[in-house]
Amino acid sequence: MKNLIKEFTKGIIKENPTFVLALGLCPTLAVSVSVANAIGMGIAATFVLLGSSLIISWVRDFIPEKIRIPCYIVIIATFVTIAELCMKAYSPALDRSLGIYVPLIVVNCIVLGRAEAFACKHNMGRSFFDGLGMGVGFTLALILISAIREFLGSGQILGYTLVKGFEPVFVFGMPSGALLVIGLLLGFFNLLKSKKI
Amino acid sequence: MTNNFIVSGSPHIHKQESISRIMWTVVISLIPAGIAGVIIFGLDALWVTLVAVIAAVLTELIFGILTKKKITIWDGSAVITGILLAFNLPSGVPLWLPIVGAVFSIAIGKQVFGGIGQNIFNPALVGRVFLMASWPKYMTTFVNPLNYDAVTSATPLAILKEGKILEHISYWNLFLGKHGGCIGEVCILALLIGAAILLIKGYISWHIPLSYIFTTALFVYIFGAGKLFTGDWLFHILSGGLILGAFFMATDYVATPLTAKGQLVFGVGCGLLTAVIRIWGGYPEGVSYAILMMNAATPFIDRYTKNRIYGTR
Repeated sequence: MKNLIKEFTKGIIKENPTFVLALGLCPTLAVSVSVANAIGMGIAATFVLLGSSLIISWVRDFIPEKIRIPCYIVIIATFVTIAELCMKAYSPALDRSLGIYVPLIVVNCIVLGRAEAFACKHNMGRSFFDGLGMGVGFTLALILISAIREFLGSGQILGYTLVKGFEPVFVFGMPSGALLVIGLLLGFFNLLKSKKI
Repeated sequence: MTNNFIVSGSPHIHKQESISRIMWTVVISLIPAGIAGVIIFGLDALWVTLVAVIAAVLTELIFGILTKKKITIWDGSAVITGILLAFNLPSGVPLWLPIVGAVFSIAIGKQVFGGIGQNIFNPALVGRVFLMASWPKYMTTFVNPLNYDAVTSATPLAILKEGKILEHISYWNLFLGKHGGCIGEVCILALLIGAAILLIKGYISWHIPLSYIFTTALFVYIFGAGKLFTGDWLFHILSGGLILGAFFMATDYVATPLTAKGQLVFGVGCGLLTAVIRIWGGYPEGVSYAILMMNAATPFIDRYTKNRIYGTR
């Protein structure tokens, strides 16, 4: 049990997919304009990670070594399709604002990265908690980045104005602002890591 | 007797020049343009410049303390960044704008790369482009020259961009700076005095400024008007930030190529980009973007314009 908790917590800070492993930066850059988008994207990606880690770890002994990547992609794509159709059915507004980035979870490097690096070598229980931890870590990173960007870029968080009279810094609503925020946060996390060791 | 034979590695010949001496000379060479800016736009221009300089120096000081490195505020480089940033702002901006810009210039443009000598982009231009992208409303509201109330006027290049005809501005007024624009870019006469100081002292070479200005003029002459070879090249040299950019910002030591050949390539590239942005781009002025883009290309230029080592192929 202790091991399982460790697999879960490592994804949140110690091996955070965005800030430490630097995986899945493309959706991070694209959807972190607003906190609402970030939460939607994070939940969808966590669902796909959980499902694919579980199934891949379950069938890992049957998949031939040489064609493992196509097999993983088929499994991942199945879960992405489920997530996309659910989002279309129950939250069309979120689906419209995330757009192409929901189907693109298929090629999110975190999902394939965890399948290749973890799920294909460990049992289902550990893979499940690894996927969950990575998903939560990714969601938290997205929320952190998007909160900074939404506040600076429009003076609001989740649509609520926090400070009156604040002049929004438009650049943080643009892609260049995303790169700036992610770069600074990556530097900050590296600083924390170097201090700890 | 023993001290007469000193054995040491090269270099053996030392000059009196140092970073701080060069930097403070550049500050002095910028003063004429600053005075001209204050005469043209009133005391607001002075306050904007002072605030930008103070914010830049304080940011440099704070970073020096935080990173426990040598405090580099006395070498004048942060002062130059502050002055150049302020020279690229309209005089009517609210005073928090130069503060934010200067902090961004020093922190993001310079210190995160490792401080003086390490920046890949010109820090002042990084700050200006950040302000331009964030608060375009303030950055494109210009004050009327020699008329210190809040009447706004467009820059000659902006008027040209809107397709209006500019017959009431003579070349002489453009040269003296009697038109709307940023604090330090309007008075070509004052800028040329400063540039002459730097050229005579040998602190900048002619390669980048001349190739830059010449390329812009040539390109604008060919493509600047509806018919080929009829563009108003003199107007394009005298308006906007071309002279300020070519002599003071495209010649930044750190972010530009090292060899003469490389500097010519750099100048031609800046000139082409500036002219292309001015003629076909969305912005009326392209000097800052052109210099930043060529800053990014500098390592590449340096790689292909290395001087041949004597005795090798």
